[in-house]
Amino acid sequence: MTKARLATMWLDGCSGCHMSLLDVDEAIITIAQRADLVYGPLVDAQAFPDEVDVTIVEGAVSSQDDLEKIQHVREHTRILVALGDCAVTSNVPSMRNPFAVKSILERVYIEGADVQKGIPTDGVPTLLKHAIPLQDVVKVDVHVPGCPPSAQAILFVLNELLDGRIPDLKSKVRFG
Amino acid sequence: MSQQISVRIDGQLCTATEGQTIFQVAQANGRYIPSLCHMEGLSSAGSCRLCLVEVQGIGRLLPACTTPVRSGMSVTTNSDVIAHNRLMALELLFTERNHICAVCVSNGHCELQALAQTLGLNHVRFPYNYPRLPVDVSHPRFVLDHNRCILCSRCVRVCDEIEGAHVWDVAGRGINSRLVSDLDRPWGESQSCTSCGKCVQVCPTGALVEKGRAVEEMTKRNAVVTQLAAKRETHL
Repeated sequence: MTKARLATMWLDGCSGCHMSLLDVDEAIITIAQRADLVYGPLVDAQAFPDEVDVTIVEGAVSSQDDLEKIQHVREHTRILVALGDCAVTSNVPSMRNPFAVKSILERVYIEGADVQKGIPTDGVPTLLKHAIPLQDVVKVDVHVPGCPPSAQAILFVLNELLDGRIPDLKSKVRFG
Repeated sequence: MSQQISVRIDGQLCTATEGQTIFQVAQANGRYIPSLCHMEGLSSAGSCRLCLVEVQGIGRLLPACTTPVRSGMSVTTNSDVIAHNRLMALELLFTERNHICAVCVSNGHCELQALAQTLGLNHVRFPYNYPRLPVDVSHPRFVLDHNRCILCSRCVRVCDEIEGAHVWDVAGRGINSRLVSDLDRPWGESQSCTSCGKCVQVCPTGALVEKGRAVEEMTKRNAVVTQLAAKRETHL
């Protein structure tokens, strides 16, 4: 039996959803028997592989870099899972959305800085006008809200997907 | 003496009293109809549109909380069309303002959040509005966070009908509608507010809350208001 190819990705989020994924504890062993983790912050792979069965994405799309990453992931993934409120609703990253990007950067890096006042430009991606949910820019196959989603919910989603079904979460999850 | 009438709710023959709403009769007969603006003891406003039902012979959905029953009426409380419209109404409530459940003082105790879970809403299909809205912290004990307000008007009604102060009103039109106190002055400067806190207790979300509550700490006791209303009925 060939193993499923599983990837994870971390955009504008706090890594809490990845922590919750690790919270499945020993069940991770049964997942590892059925799937290879081919990309993500938990493994060393440098480039996103060409063919991935399931990619679990944490975080909102907040920068040009996030946007390019998620579009690339979508092209090379069969089933895309938005994991957690940031990926599903844009959540905490969206709290900057009512304000202009320039005014936020000035507030933080000029008004809020004691030394080296100035908005960084080298080696950092440009922020988009708004931090947005994944589904605003790519097709999302499974939405798993929660901040973070419980380990049980994540395990349920993974097991359903590995069994070849699209998980029906109904009332198993909630925002927040 | 009010007249007894017969209506059908989801095919079941029910006895009702003239003047009762579809919502009341359905609830008395064990039917679940979702709602965020209805509250037992307060008048009905029909503002949240979550209690929409089908009435035979009427070509559009009607809010159960503001539609009185009539003799021979046949009501359907759930169908694909109703579910579709309720879900859409709920999604639009989420898109209209900034409901960041994860960092809300009402997280875990919010009727909007709970209803999303009950109806199985796990993502919103429409783009979010991200409006820039103020938070009024001028009152010594309470906070009004417009980001979380769904304009259900429970606060307006409880203040007017139970407390008798009528501090709150909804000003503006459409997407610009805002809850205002005392003709749009800061809440803390209100001359009519008695600081009774009933508005806070009936607010279904984290829009009206007590000061000093951290995330997930704001629990509400809206049953108190229903009890007060019932006691008043007994005494009048």
